[in-house]
Amino acid sequence: MASSKTITVEVDDVSYTDNVEPRLLLVQYLRERLGKTGTLIGCDTTNCGACTVHLDGVSVKSCTMFAVQADGHNVTTIEGLARDGKLAPLQQAFHECHALQCGFCTPGMIMQSASLLAENPHPTEKEIRDGLEGNLCRCTGYQNIVAAVQAAADGTVSADSTVSADSDETETAGVA
Amino acid sequence: MTIAEVGRARLRKEDAHLITGRSRYTDNMTLPGMLHLAMVRSPFAHAKITSIDASAAKSSPGVVAVLTGADVAAQQGSLPNAWPITPEQKAPAHPAIAVDAVAFAGEVVACIIARSAAAARDAVELVDVSYEELPVVLDLEEALKDEVLAHPDLGTNKSATWIFDSGEAGTGKAISEALEGAEVLIERTFYQQRLIPAFMEPRSTVVDPTGEQITVWSATQIPHILRLMLALTLGIPESKVRVIAPDVGGGFGGKLQVTPEEAITVLAARHTGKPCKYTETRSESLMAAHHGRAQVQKVKLSATKEGIVTGLDVHLLADMGAYLGLVTSGVPILGAFMYNSIYKFPAYRFECTNLFTNKAWTDAYRGAGRPEATFAIERLMDELAVELGIDPLEVRKKNWITHEEFPFTTVAGLEYDSGNYEAATAKAVELFGYDELRAEQALRREANDPVQLGIGISTFTEMCGLAPSRVLGALSYAAGGWEHAQVRVLPTGNIEVVTGSSAHGQGHETAWSQLVADRLGVPFENVEVLHGDTQTSQRGLDTYGSRSLTVGGMAVLAAADKVIEKAKVVAAHMMEASEEDIEFTEGKFSVKGTDQSTALGEIAFAAFSAHNLPDGFEPNLDSDATFDPQNFSFPHGTHLAAMEVDTETGQVTIRKYVCVDDVGVVVNPLIVEGQVHGGLAQGIAQALYEEAVHDDAGTLVTGSFVDYLVPSAPDLPHFTTARTETPSTTNQLGAKGVGEAGTIASTPAIVNGVLDAVRHLGVTDIKMPCTPSRVWAALEEAKTTGGVQ
Repeated sequence: MASSKTITVEVDDVSYTDNVEPRLLLVQYLRERLGKTGTLIGCDTTNCGACTVHLDGVSVKSCTMFAVQADGHNVTTIEGLARDGKLAPLQQAFHECHALQCGFCTPGMIMQSASLLAENPHPTEKEIRDGLEGNLCRCTGYQNIVAAVQAAADGTVSADSTVSADSDETETAGVA
Repeated sequence: MTIAEVGRARLRKEDAHLITGRSRYTDNMTLPGMLHLAMVRSPFAHAKITSIDASAAKSSPGVVAVLTGADVAAQQGSLPNAWPITPEQKAPAHPAIAVDAVAFAGEVVACIIARSAAAARDAVELVDVSYEELPVVLDLEEALKDEVLAHPDLGTNKSATWIFDSGEAGTGKAISEALEGAEVLIERTFYQQRLIPAFMEPRSTVVDPTGEQITVWSATQIPHILRLMLALTLGIPESKVRVIAPDVGGGFGGKLQVTPEEAITVLAARHTGKPCKYTETRSESLMAAHHGRAQVQKVKLSATKEGIVTGLDVHLLADMGAYLGLVTSGVPILGAFMYNSIYKFPAYRFECTNLFTNKAWTDAYRGAGRPEATFAIERLMDELAVELGIDPLEVRKKNWITHEEFPFTTVAGLEYDSGNYEAATAKAVELFGYDELRAEQALRREANDPVQLGIGISTFTEMCGLAPSRVLGALSYAAGGWEHAQVRVLPTGNIEVVTGSSAHGQGHETAWSQLVADRLGVPFENVEVLHGDTQTSQRGLDTYGSRSLTVGGMAVLAAADKVIEKAKVVAAHMMEASEEDIEFTEGKFSVKGTDQSTALGEIAFAAFSAHNLPDGFEPNLDSDATFDPQNFSFPHGTHLAAMEVDTETGQVTIRKYVCVDDVGVVVNPLIVEGQVHGGLAQGIAQALYEEAVHDDAGTLVTGSFVDYLVPSAPDLPHFTTARTETPSTTNQLGAKGVGEAGTIASTPAIVNGVLDAVRHLGVTDIKMPCTPSRVWAALEEAKTTGGVQ
């Protein structure tokens, strides 16, 4: 076993210094060492995107990076997205558009969507679908995820978005 | 007047923790001193185990113990099959860890227990297993010959044969008459390829053996059934087992199982006396979690020259894989009642042969038997239309049950309580622009456009709300089909609802809150729904078969009604009135003809303090109810797909997809819509993308998400969904179930659409999935066989 290395990584605004095995994946470091279990593992082959986080503001699949490669970098996970008890617009949009069911793909979907909107603030439906190609969802058929990204881009999500919001309603979606 | 909660598009209570990363999936859990497991799996599909040398693994850094099948042979029992479909059904013993032989590639032969997941996985490669390879049987037609046996000890590959004959059952005529007298006979063979449920959360189990009870957290759809079955399989008193399904990342039938890995994690925890965790990798999940579909359907449909169907004869070969899982053997039987679908066939015969092969075992996957049946009949109705040269919608109209004819007893013996196929179809045709698309299709054909247009139709119904316990008993299923609920009234008047139907993405917390808010007249926000833990939810039969609302929801309503009855007694006492004079509306108990009233919250506190209750009144408003349905429910719908096929490349594109589903009364349209979308995606995936492929040695070739093509966002279109609402008459709410509808209807709609685009070029069938290479090959073959007209 190779000797461990010392890394310093800023994750969700907190700086961590740790000794890690060189083979430790970034996602394992987040989950097992930092307890950041909001970031999930869905495959072994970089296909599903459940582990998507931001590295210096750009989306990466944290199963495809070693923790040592994040040394000196800034990582944002789903747990660092809400600010001051306020949901990020995409989080609120996923809630309002019913863009999640089991929720397992959701952290990766939201992080990838955020990166997509940072690159292209006003994407078409096709651009959203193409931009999410690397993130798999088995529950939603993607339609409401696309709608959520569109809503976040259009700024049509509710401004009053507290982390515990669960009593909002919409009467528009899904009515025959 | 408060707004009715039922029918309201409430945003989900479940979302807050899931969108912020505060999720509680099993693999997120760490317990003090927890050990980690990794499985050694057979690379061979069929082999004798001649020896296992685990000495190197045992001395690997961090390894605590290694368990082989021989080590646990006395404790591990045999994993359960709860559905012996015939008294003669054959089934091999199914040890969690193989002892003498393996029957599919991926079967567990040893388990490493180590201090970290990485140490456990490192040691997997150090276990030296010697195998003596045996010949494999992989194909159903080959399995039927009994030349190569998946389990030589059984002496045959045939597990069971199950027959339904309408002539013998007295539900219709004999099929022989219909086939002999057929003016038109359509004979086809359809292949339901093997699929993998591919839930996004890999299966994971944590077992803590350190308390009075063994506590099992597992990514399961069925905590209650799992508790009972683990106890029976491993010989542990049921009272000493607690099962918790925390957040569960999808199931689709794939987590309706009692798995070897769950049993092994319990064995490892008991062996070490320490908490143990096992989380599978995705490749392990694809290889060894149960698969679905995998049937060959040989079907004959007889009809008159006018297109009236006179009979349907089905011969099914169903691939069990290597073992019988929890309901493996019963999946084809769930389909047996649905081949006649929405139609009035006078004669029907179904014969199914369940066969063993050396592949991962099959079991429930979204729809379980019903998508296969619907595919066959909807493909046949299109074939009949082509044969007679009439519009495929017309053929369906000639044969379907009209809305005046309900309740209708079908040739398969089910009583359909309600439905309106005309209304759903009319709405779908209008939304789709059927006539315009037919006109465009004709133009493209005439112009010999390289991109041809096809219109795919599928109508469907399904039996949902599994299930009346007596019916399950008559079909030899081991358990019942009831569901349990408890409604607890806290001293503050807040409500806790305990449901036995354990959700994994379906939104029970939101929908059940709506049900109870309406019934008890309390705010939606004041209702908390608890589920998925056998300690808080003592009784339940869990979530599958679109049963949660139609069975579990009815139990919730029945429990709420009992609360009202109890509260009336207290209300009468408090207001010094007689019970008969108490009326309950919108959360208030009032005395008829007066302005006196008291709220549920006040009664709850009175019951809690118990200072002044009627003599003999038990100071408690909490109520339990167990609901056993008297019949299934029968959602239906009409799905239309406009398919573009590039005849030069074989590329298939969904241009438009319209579905109108009738799922009865809807509690939450947002959730219903989401269920339809997800169902469509999985049904379309069967038609166009997914297939579990094995090589000649029985190794899964599609063993990762690189090769097993779960569709991503660009692979799917925007769906146009709508509803008609014909309430079910067999439950008080009028709900029918929605979990499987999209999956059942979309597969034949897509394939019918692809064929409709290229049929004039001589293509009459394409095996699923209709990949570009298969479509292109079919077009090329049609050219060489002179199929072009």
